[in-house]
Amino acid sequence: MFKILEKRELAPSIKLFVIEAPLVAKKAKPGQFVILRIKEGGERIPLTIADYDAQNGTVTIVFQEVGKTTRELGTLEAGDYIEDFVGPLGVPVEFPNHKKVLGIGGGLGIAPLYPKLKMLHQQGVEVVSIIGARTAEMLILEEEIKTVSNRMYVCTDDGSKGRHGFVTVVLKELLEQGEKFDEIIIIGPPILMKIGSEITKPYGIPTMVSLNPIMVDGTGMCGGCRVTVDGEIKFACVDGPAFDGHKVDFDELIKRLATYKEEEKISLEIFNKAHGCKLINKIEGADKDAVK
Amino acid sequence: MPLNRSKKKTPMPTQNPEVRRRNFSEVALGYSEEEAVSEAKRCLQCKKPGCVEGCPVQVQIPQFIKRIAERDFEGAIKIIKETNSLPAICGRVCPQEAQCEKNCVLGKVGEPVAIGRLERFAADWERTRGSHPPVIPKKLGKKVAIIGSGPAGLTCAGDLAKLGYDVTIFEALHKPGGVLVYGIPEFRLPKIIVEQEVKFIQQLGVEIKTNMVMGKVLTIDDLFEMGYEAVFISTGAGLPKFMGIPGENYLGVYSANEFLTRINLMKAYSFPNTDTPIKVGKKVAVIGGGNVAMDAARSALRMGADEVHIVYRRSEEEMPARKEEFENAKEESIIFDFLTNPVRIIGNENGWVKGIECIRMELGEPDASGRRRPVPITGSEFIMDVDTVIIAIGTGPNPLLTKTTEGLELTKHGYIAVDEEGRTSREGVWAGGDIVTGSATVILAMGAGKKAARSIHEYLQNKKWQQ
Ligand SMILES: Cc1cc2nc3c(=O)[nH]c(=O)nc-3n(C[C@H](O)[C@H](O)[C@H](O)COP(=O)(O)OP(=O)(O)OC[C@H]3O[C@@H](n4cnc5c(N)ncnc54)[C@H](O)[C@@H]3O)c2cc1C
Ligand SMILES: Cc1cc2nc3c(=O)[nH]c(=O)nc-3n(C[C@H](O)[C@H](O)[C@H](O)COP(=O)(O)OP(=O)(O)OC[C@H]3O[C@@H](n4cnc5c(N)ncnc54)[C@H](O)[C@@H]3O)c2cc1C
Ligand code: SF4
Ligand code: SF4
Ligand code: FES
Repeated sequence: MFKILEKRELAPSIKLFVIEAPLVAKKAKPGQFVILRIKEGGERIPLTIADYDAQNGTVTIVFQEVGKTTRELGTLEAGDYIEDFVGPLGVPVEFPNHKKVLGIGGGLGIAPLYPKLKMLHQQGVEVVSIIGARTAEMLILEEEIKTVSNRMYVCTDDGSKGRHGFVTVVLKELLEQGEKFDEIIIIGPPILMKIGSEITKPYGIPTMVSLNPIMVDGTGMCGGCRVTVDGEIKFACVDGPAFDGHKVDFDELIKRLATYKEEEKISLEIFNKAHGCKLINKIEGADKDAVK
Repeated sequence: MPLNRSKKKTPMPTQNPEVRRRNFSEVALGYSEEEAVSEAKRCLQCKKPGCVEGCPVQVQIPQFIKRIAERDFEGAIKIIKETNSLPAICGRVCPQEAQCEKNCVLGKVGEPVAIGRLERFAADWERTRGSHPPVIPKKLGKKVAIIGSGPAGLTCAGDLAKLGYDVTIFEALHKPGGVLVYGIPEFRLPKIIVEQEVKFIQQLGVEIKTNMVMGKVLTIDDLFEMGYEAVFISTGAGLPKFMGIPGENYLGVYSANEFLTRINLMKAYSFPNTDTPIKVGKKVAVIGGGNVAMDAARSALRMGADEVHIVYRRSEEEMPARKEEFENAKEESIIFDFLTNPVRIIGNENGWVKGIECIRMELGEPDASGRRRPVPITGSEFIMDVDTVIIAIGTGPNPLLTKTTEGLELTKHGYIAVDEEGRTSREGVWAGGDIVTGSATVILAMGAGKKAARSIHEYLQNKKWQQ
């Protein structure tokens, strides 16, 4: 059993938990994730390690309520327990010789972006960041990203904060102005990572994306998380989740993510019936946000 | 005592195939006392019993069968448990026709004694009466770590705990049991049996830590630092293989591991009462011919598929699956397409599977394994319309742990290299089960666990590591 020490609402339907998990905290590195299961009968879902504190033995996760399990997770409070919490999983990311990096986070992707930029910042690398969300109130971790960036751009789709438009607009501008980066990290909905990688490709700048296929065990045992990278099958849970964005078959990933669409809907409807429907509209909004 | 001279095994009562093909309850119902006694009386009590030689852990077969014939069921189970700590499981899943029953003299003129069924009977007899809580041995104050809680790990843990060691099992998943819980389905091995065995081992004082992906959360070096004096690696061979043909990532294509894990471990058959979904279409093709393929096919049927095919590139004789399960599968109307090999999976515009292109095969010269090699018949390609494909062509070693352990010698295929006692190239580290042999059997994994326990005990008594 793993205790929730702290709960914060970062935006409507986006929540942050600090979990007591000393062994995971001790080994965690940027780029890694955990798999949790709320209770017996629950689904195993992967969530990125958004921050960790080895000294205090805590791991921070940030999640968006998009379906049954994330919604149920959102009903838990500080002091409650989660049945299973496994990690750290996946390959840590490393940037040994980088001098200047651009980090792009779209929507919830800002959370997994943060630990990477934090590490780069601590290594003394020059960090430029672009973060964006659908609307101002959905923008998360702005302060945190700011403190680890030398320069930060904020965008919203509806113009309610910062630049009006997608993060890719700023990306394009920077590249067109001839700014150089040793690497560009793009994390967000698959379609953003796809378009972003297409933009950076002609400039020949290494581009890292973090993939989010459906997972079960997270140990390389089921193969459900397979993605095609450079024409080869890779298991995102053990070979990734970070990959070279110029080589990922994003269309396949996007299709595979829809495998259980009907079942997810049934699951959520039952949950909503049992828990009152007041949040439904918000969730539908969030869902749209996640697929965009 | 009068012998039962029947040439045939006493039949095993089973659920009606028409009914069972749609439920997950156990297929074989087990012998009654009368049936067991009657079957036991077929045994000739050979002076040089071939059956015992065929059993990888040398269960004292004629002795236990004699007790059953005499209705001393308690005596029977005691004898079995001297060499086999998981008889309720082995009686159900051992490939008896290739082991103990293969060498039974009665097999020469008729059917062999139903050794597995009798073993299961004795174990179930004890189980339903509630076995005695074990005597907790005096503690030696020495810690041993076991990685992986499949049959190899559980057996090694149990044996060491009985000797007085403080044993901790580290398991990656949220539930202990290995393939016994995530792979082999409920209708063949009820999970309650595995749970009881696990509980028994815990009663012996073994601590089981789940959610521990070793190599990630802790390394083997960490374990030594934490005061463990020996480590047994029994992580199985859980890495699913794909065929490398086009279309394997279409929606509706599963590895058998994923398919079975969703159903067994995550209980997708209870969805939406449980949260993990699975998609099983109307027409399913399972690729492969082993136990795993059989289990996947029969599970698909129970999940509601109308038609399930097993597509196997060799012929019936080469099929490695347990004979009994092959018979059961046929009774449940699984369709077998032998000498057929998929060459390509075909999808629709949304990325869902809609068929597989197969080619017919014929048997050529024997290959390295001694089985006749299947060769494609040119021009025999055809398309099979299916909406779900399950790939059950085997598994390999998962490199997650071995990659993070320095000085651990591997074979060229990535399995852990060990000597005849199960010792690896690193002092204080043993390995056994599928991670050493590749996919094998429950009883062989148990045997490896036993052997390692003996060797660990020896080492910890005098701390000498010589190879
Ligand atoms: C490596 C990795 C890191 C992730 N990090 C985060 C994170 O930090 N914060 C966050 O909010 N989300 C993260 N996700 C996505 C998160 O796992 C899904 O949102 C979650 O599983 C949805 O579950 P649900 O029951 O609430 O929704 P559902 O209604 O079941 O699904 C909604 C959508 O989520 C995806 N999904 C469903 N089940 C799974 C599953 N078992 N594994 C992965 N994706 C699934 C599908 O695309 C689906 O359409 C990550 C995914 C991966 C693979
Ligand atoms: C579907 C199926 C049906 C089968 N049917 C039969 C049958 O009828 N008869 C028969 O005799 N055999 C059968 N087998 C084979 C048999 O189950 C295996 O040979 C046996 O389970 C191997 O035992 P093991 O202890 O070596 O490994 P496993 O049972 O594979 O257990 C390994 C355990 O280690 C854990 N693990 C892996 N990596 C790590 C890590 N890094 N850290 C912590 N834990 C880890 C795994 O999660 C797992 O729980 C079948 C196999 C399958 C898949
Ligand atoms: S353990 Fe397996 S092989 Fe040995 S006697 Fe029992 S059923 Fe036969
Ligand atoms: S070989 Fe057959 S008949 Fe002889 S002891 Fe063994 S089981 Fe009995
Ligand atoms: S989640 Fe099962 S192999 Fe990656």
